[in-house]
Amino acid sequence: MSEAGDRNGIIQKLSQVDRRLIYLVVLVCAVVPLVIGARVTLSVSPPVRGLFDAVEELPPGSYVYLAADYDPGSLPELYPMNIAFVEHLFSKDIKIIAASLWAPGPPLSQRVFDDIAPRYGKVYGRDYVNLGFKEGREAVMVSVAEDLRRTFPEDYLGTPYGEIPMLEGIDNLTDVSLIVNVSAGYPGIKEWVQQIATRFDVPIGGGVTAVSGPEMYPYIQSGQLVGLLAGMKGAGEYEQLLGKPGLGLAGMAAQSSVHVAVIVFIVLANVFYFIERRKKL
Amino acid sequence: MKTEVPVIIAFIAGMLMIVSFFSPHPVFAEPAAMMRNWAIIITAFAYVLGVANIARISAGAVRTRGRDWRYKIVMLLSLGAMLGAGLVGGIQGGSVFDWNYNNVMVPMQSTMFSLLAFFIASAAFRAFRARSVEATLLLVTAVIVMLGRVPVGERLWSGLPAFTEWIMEVPNMAAKRGIMIGAALGAISTGLKMILGLERSYLGSDK
Repeated sequence: MSEAGDRNGIIQKLSQVDRRLIYLVVLVCAVVPLVIGARVTLSVSPPVRGLFDAVEELPPGSYVYLAADYDPGSLPELYPMNIAFVEHLFSKDIKIIAASLWAPGPPLSQRVFDDIAPRYGKVYGRDYVNLGFKEGREAVMVSVAEDLRRTFPEDYLGTPYGEIPMLEGIDNLTDVSLIVNVSAGYPGIKEWVQQIATRFDVPIGGGVTAVSGPEMYPYIQSGQLVGLLAGMKGAGEYEQLLGKPGLGLAGMAAQSSVHVAVIVFIVLANVFYFIERRKKL
Repeated sequence: MKTEVPVIIAFIAGMLMIVSFFSPHPVFAEPAAMMRNWAIIITAFAYVLGVANIARISAGAVRTRGRDWRYKIVMLLSLGAMLGAGLVGGIQGGSVFDWNYNNVMVPMQSTMFSLLAFFIASAAFRAFRARSVEATLLLVTAVIVMLGRVPVGERLWSGLPAFTEWIMEVPNMAAKRGIMIGAALGAISTGLKMILGLERSYLGSDK
């Protein structure tokens, strides 16, 4: 076979590379940075800065409604955000009312509280509460905004609303200073904005998966969202602002190398494509 | 009557919810709040119905050795185990339910999500080709945004994160806003048609 024929054969083989090889490259790119504990520095985007500043401006003793509308399926991206939000709010002595419109959400909120609250000396019922899950989507959002007690007559563990000291005097969402939503989809941050932001005049911010991020930009520009974290990068940026590197920044090193690998795959695939196309002409 | 009564109920309920959105007056707000409570209760019952339905269908498939019947056994056992654990031992930290949730459900669902990285890499290699001007634009934009979202992109060019943000805030947002306004107008139109009784498909296919 001629030299040109050999080269064409190699290119054809490379363009049809076994997908298992691609999986192996992705695995190595994801695992190595995590194993060696690589850390990265991120530039902070304006939407992340917006939410961070909104929390910074809250006076100690304020109330924040933390809507954990996600499930373990999106945990790798959203859990770091949930941790960062709770760390920030506790460090500012802000009281947290957590609840969820997703059935698997409350145990995730509880896990975050159980991990972080002891470090800040926070006590359940005095500094934070987990109201649990309520089905009903947008109807629950409006119901919470109008009457929190009626919507959640008891907390996640069955304690009556009236027996939770920090909820004394808290009747609805107009009594909270900010809604922070960790959102994996529907119902989530978009519905919180549509149902609550303008109608009840409560500022809303939050975090979404990277794939949902672009959809939320109109709400940021209109001012209906005070800020937004998109994907693990958003969580990493928030951790950086907070000065507490966590899962977000750790994961960004891995995500960084996987992004580069995917870009290399795209470039290679197109190089092979153009070589083959020129050959056919 | 079978058609008119539901249409009248839909009209009254729909108009009440619209008016209560714009007016907080108790005449509108209180019945609207009561109806929202009904909605919450009905959707909660849908969970019970859903569980009963999936249990019935899965049990039937197991009995007749239908498609994937072995997986359905696992599903039924898991459903029963979590339901039993929650009802008997509670859901608080340290309970069997909580242990199962944190050590079975969380890792399994996270694994499914993480598999996306592998599929995306493989799909990008096989399908992301610059076959036309539009595809090339999409490809170049995707590469810029992907690079701009990770620190290595900033190392390559310090202006890349800002350029990525511009892509998100201007061309992306223009398109998204257009889609959202279109979808909202469609939703308003469908809602009005239902309230006014012009759209009756919710009554059943033969109405």
